Amino acid sequence: MDLKDKLVSSFMAFENNIDVEHPVHDVRIEAMKNFEIKGFPSKKEEAWKYTSLKGLQKIDFSIFPKQEKTLEYKDVKKYFIHDIDTYKIVFVDGVFSSHLSETTHDGVDICLMSSALTKPMYKQIIDVYFNKVASKDESLTSLNTAFSKEGAYIYIPKGKMPKKPVEIIHFATGNEASLLLQPRNLIIVEENAELQIIERHQSLTSNEVLTNSVTEIFAAKSANIDYYKVQNDSAKASLIDNTYVDQKDRSFVNVHTFSLGGKLTRNNLNFYQNGEYMDSTMKGVTILAEKQHVDHHTLVHHIQPNCESHQDYKGIYGENSTGVFNGKIIVDKVAQKTNAFQKNNNILISDKATINTKPQLEIFADDVKCSHGCTIGQLDEDALFYLQSRGIPKKEARALLMYAFANNVLESVRIPELKTRINKLIAKKIGVNLGFDL
Amino acid sequence: MLKINDLHARIDDKQILKGINLEVKAGEVHAIMGPNGSGKSTLASVIAGKEEFEVTKGKVVLNGEDLEGDAPEERAHKGVFLSFQYPVEIPGVSVTNFIKTAINESRKARGKEDMPAKDMLKMIRDKAEMLEIDRKFLSRSLNEGFSGGEKKRNEIFQMAMLEPKLAILDETDSGLDIDALRIVANGVNKLKSKDNAVVVITHYQRLLEYIVPDFVHVLHNGKIVKSGGKELALELEAKGYDWLKNEAVV
Repeated sequence: MDLKDKLVSSFMAFENNIDVEHPVHDVRIEAMKNFEIKGFPSKKEEAWKYTSLKGLQKIDFSIFPKQEKTLEYKDVKKYFIHDIDTYKIVFVDGVFSSHLSETTHDGVDICLMSSALTKPMYKQIIDVYFNKVASKDESLTSLNTAFSKEGAYIYIPKGKMPKKPVEIIHFATGNEASLLLQPRNLIIVEENAELQIIERHQSLTSNEVLTNSVTEIFAAKSANIDYYKVQNDSAKASLIDNTYVDQKDRSFVNVHTFSLGGKLTRNNLNFYQNGEYMDSTMKGVTILAEKQHVDHHTLVHHIQPNCESHQDYKGIYGENSTGVFNGKIIVDKVAQKTNAFQKNNNILISDKATINTKPQLEIFADDVKCSHGCTIGQLDEDALFYLQSRGIPKKEARALLMYAFANNVLESVRIPELKTRINKLIAKKIGVNLGFDL
Repeated sequence: MLKINDLHARIDDKQILKGINLEVKAGEVHAIMGPNGSGKSTLASVIAGKEEFEVTKGKVVLNGEDLEGDAPEERAHKGVFLSFQYPVEIPGVSVTNFIKTAINESRKARGKEDMPAKDMLKMIRDKAEMLEIDRKFLSRSLNEGFSGGEKKRNEIFQMAMLEPKLAILDETDSGLDIDALRIVANGVNKLKSKDNAVVVITHYQRLLEYIVPDFVHVLHNGKIVKSGGKELALELEAKGYDWLKNEAVV
């Protein structure tokens, strides 16, 4: 049985364990219909031209983990930003781990989607927000919606700011030979409120894991959100991340994506600017080796006038790795005075590495500033000579230059301990071992 | 210290150096002057080992050792230092971390252990003070957003830290105001000793008022066309380069 059939037939079993009378279930049923019609995207579709899911569909993924496994904090501590205090929403094989987590209802809600989707006190919010910005058309998002049950639920009321950042971590323990996870997150930040999130998916063994995640983010007027995605998973872990952001007037939303490992990673990052004077920032550092594959698909839809968007993606591709950057910017006719900037710079350090980069601009307004630039290159020879002339051997000099190339995307990271962590990860990936303290 | 013998070098198909002869002894300061395009910077790059240039004839000998085939880092380990006309910006790597790396790599190449952190810090502090460099400056990303003067001062700071035998200063005066020029020149003068040598490459005589050369050479069309004492620099300043060009044709 192929994966699609397996998923479709599992839906009935899934229904046995949830409240099918809840209005959310109508949404799930609709989504399942869409997935059933469309199935997994194929390379024939323009949006999936360079990323094949064929291999993954041949794997016999477990859809419901059979038994729970507990993890000790000391064994997984290194995956947390443990040098600062954070709220934590932690899942082990898709199941919430209360002893690894630190949730709160103290003025803000940092808790679980399973509660939000079932408890009457959240019903009003779920009615307004659930599946409202996520695509009803895209088949993998529909697949996630159909099975939506668990994930992170965060609600920050007007003017509030949680005392500390929130870490959302999904561990896969290898309890199953191969595991499919479908976390569903809902994040609502009300007027003048703020939030910082660090998200990570971590497989602890070399068993196959496929995560098809959907995150909906709503930023109300003057809200401020920083979202950091740390992707440094095992060589058998694949991730399809579908993130949808709905922004209102004068809000700021920044998403940083650090793609440093994993088998296949697809980042679908979609911004809808439903208001004026707002700013959307998307930054990424991608450093790949072996046969790793990362595909960044961004969309910024400028719907109203006077808004800005900034995209800056840097990639370093070694060995047989492949990368894709597809950045789409739509500027509606009324969205005058839009400033939309997009940059994608890549370095190929192996003859066998590949990058496919494609800006896609659809501009219907006439008074806008839009720029885009893609570069694919090698390291600057003059810079290399400069470092060598100071006594730094060529290999180390190359590493140092790659480090510098990737590093400057990190300037906008506002959690210093996270910045240091990512810096060290980048240094490690590149093989900069020059003993400097970061 | 440095002996250059009938040096010819080219980039792609363009012959730039066409037979340079030069001897620099320990304790000496040499100035190499000449009009734009005469080959001054190429000479500096060839001595430092830039791979783009192909040496087609002749040789560069440092302390009796032919440098042919040596990579730039190997030349650095043997004591060659080039102060760049346009230092490269390296975001994300602080001046301190960069210089620590450079020093320890050179030590490694000489079979020495890393310099103890305490000694390194003291040395950094002393040299920074000598060059009137602010401590905050040292934690900034290397050359990123530096003014012209800051970049050049940083080059001399690196020279002070690396303690080369042969320092080549390529257009170190360009882009400097008079105060920055004085600080940079004072730094070079303090680093000068009977055991090392300095080659100053410059278009103008201005820098040579502060770093007084023992010898002045004029480079034109890939050759040294005239050598003399420090008074030659003044003569060039007054007359320009044209009279030498004519002389060279004859």
